[in-house]
Amino acid sequence: MTAQIDLTRAFRQGLFDGSLPPGVTAHAPDEAATRFAVYRNNVAHGLTRALARRFPVIERLVGADFFAATARLFLRDHPPRDPRLFLWGEGFPAFLQAFRPLRDLPYLPDVARLEWLRGQAYHAADARPAPRDALATAATDPARFTLHLHPSVQLLRSRFAVVSIWQANQPGAAQPDKPLRPDRAENALILRDTADRVPVFALSPGEAAFLAALLRGDSLLAAAALAEGADPGPLLTRLIQTGTLAGLLERTAQ
Amino acid sequence: MPLPATTGLGFKPEHFDAIRTTRPRLGFFEVHAENYMGAGGAPHRHLTALRQDHALSLHGVGLSIGGPDRPDPAHLSRLRALITRYQPAAFSEHLAWSSHGGDYLNDLLPLPYTPETLSRICDHVDEVQSALGCRLLLENPSTYILFEQSSIDEPDFLAEIARRTGCGLLLDINNVFVSCTNHHRDPRDWLAAFPLSQVGEIHLGGHAEETLPSGPLLIDDHGSTVADPVWSLYAQVIADSGPLPTLIEWDNDIPPFDILLAEAARADAILSRHALPLTGAA
Repeated sequence: MTAQIDLTRAFRQGLFDGSLPPGVTAHAPDEAATRFAVYRNNVAHGLTRALARRFPVIERLVGADFFAATARLFLRDHPPRDPRLFLWGEGFPAFLQAFRPLRDLPYLPDVARLEWLRGQAYHAADARPAPRDALATAATDPARFTLHLHPSVQLLRSRFAVVSIWQANQPGAAQPDKPLRPDRAENALILRDTADRVPVFALSPGEAAFLAALLRGDSLLAAAALAEGADPGPLLTRLIQTGTLAGLLERTAQ
Repeated sequence: MPLPATTGLGFKPEHFDAIRTTRPRLGFFEVHAENYMGAGGAPHRHLTALRQDHALSLHGVGLSIGGPDRPDPAHLSRLRALITRYQPAAFSEHLAWSSHGGDYLNDLLPLPYTPETLSRICDHVDEVQSALGCRLLLENPSTYILFEQSSIDEPDFLAEIARRTGCGLLLDINNVFVSCTNHHRDPRDWLAAFPLSQVGEIHLGGHAEETLPSGPLLIDDHGSTVADPVWSLYAQVIADSGPLPTLIEWDNDIPPFDILLAEAARADAILSRHALPLTGAA
């Protein structure tokens, strides 16, 4: 038992530091290190591509080479802990935040958070859209009802223009008319629509407060009171149009 | 119900619309199990739709059967849930390891072939088959290095696992060609020692080639068409064994769907040359 455990540990170590595990050889033994390097490259490349699939806008913003170098540092200290690779990368935004070479791009961690939430939305549980008259029913007694939102619906509040940055870095996106100001605060609504696309929408501060209240289960009335005077109508329309208003929940007496 | 002895393709989400539009006559689709372990969304919608028209082969890449650690019970129960939900005609995994100490390395890593590892892998296969309630097909790996510790030849090692555990084997002929070329061995000798009667599925895929002083270094990258020598070995295997379910794998630089169909047609032509004469209606 211990022989294989020791070898596996040494092999894993070698994948990251290049040391040749004991007993690894080749038909031409002097080529063992070169051939072992195929595994090193496969692991580093495979995980780098997995991270790039999860964070494509980050890769675009820092460039493919810089991203690959950053990914190799990240995966050395934070390798996946599960074969479900879509669960890997939650720690990447915090890693970027602490990564000194990227200090001059302080918006990157929040853009990464947005991309992480999109990945979670893509895989979130299914829920059917609510019946057409659900909102009308809720409006009859807004203190009694809260809205049940699709499990993919998430809110990201940022000090930075995360939605604008994300949108400007989509494949084929038109260049903005005027230069982006990354230090303008934006709130992002992330959801999965009925065609399984995961769009991102900007919300005003009032809309974000309204959505945050709904997400924690406040009544429609209480959520509207927090909306800082914003009209919740457009946001509710958006939820209905994207199929992410999933139903009404009756609030029990407090 | 086993996989049909015809040609299948690895399913890629970017081909979903082409598949639904063209309704290709394919024996089955194969998917990587781990990509379907999310709660909902497009992956499950795709798989549900595919399953209505086609047999399914579920191919795991994350069980790490060849490692020292026991198969993860949580991962086994996720696999079992997928099998219950989608009723695949086959479930396969690899003679390789990919996890150790809780870290998942996302690659199919090699192991020495010794009496010790043989016995441990048989325990793992027993555990997997018992947890999943089905017969596992175990796939031969492509390898780039050898171990001084190894004392059992690879085809004998696989044959003995099948004999002890009752599992079936998945014969990846590209992997045979890649490994044998890398280790300066004749792939026909490897195949002659391999128990073809235990094979439940064949994989064919592309590889990349580099050159080292001692000879070629082939890398199993599933990123191109199947190489001519692999087709020759495949034709010989089918001539020896009769038709077997055959999968075309293409996981990187994924081409338009019709390129995959052309590869499948090439395998079909070889299979139909050796089809058993049917009595009664076909």
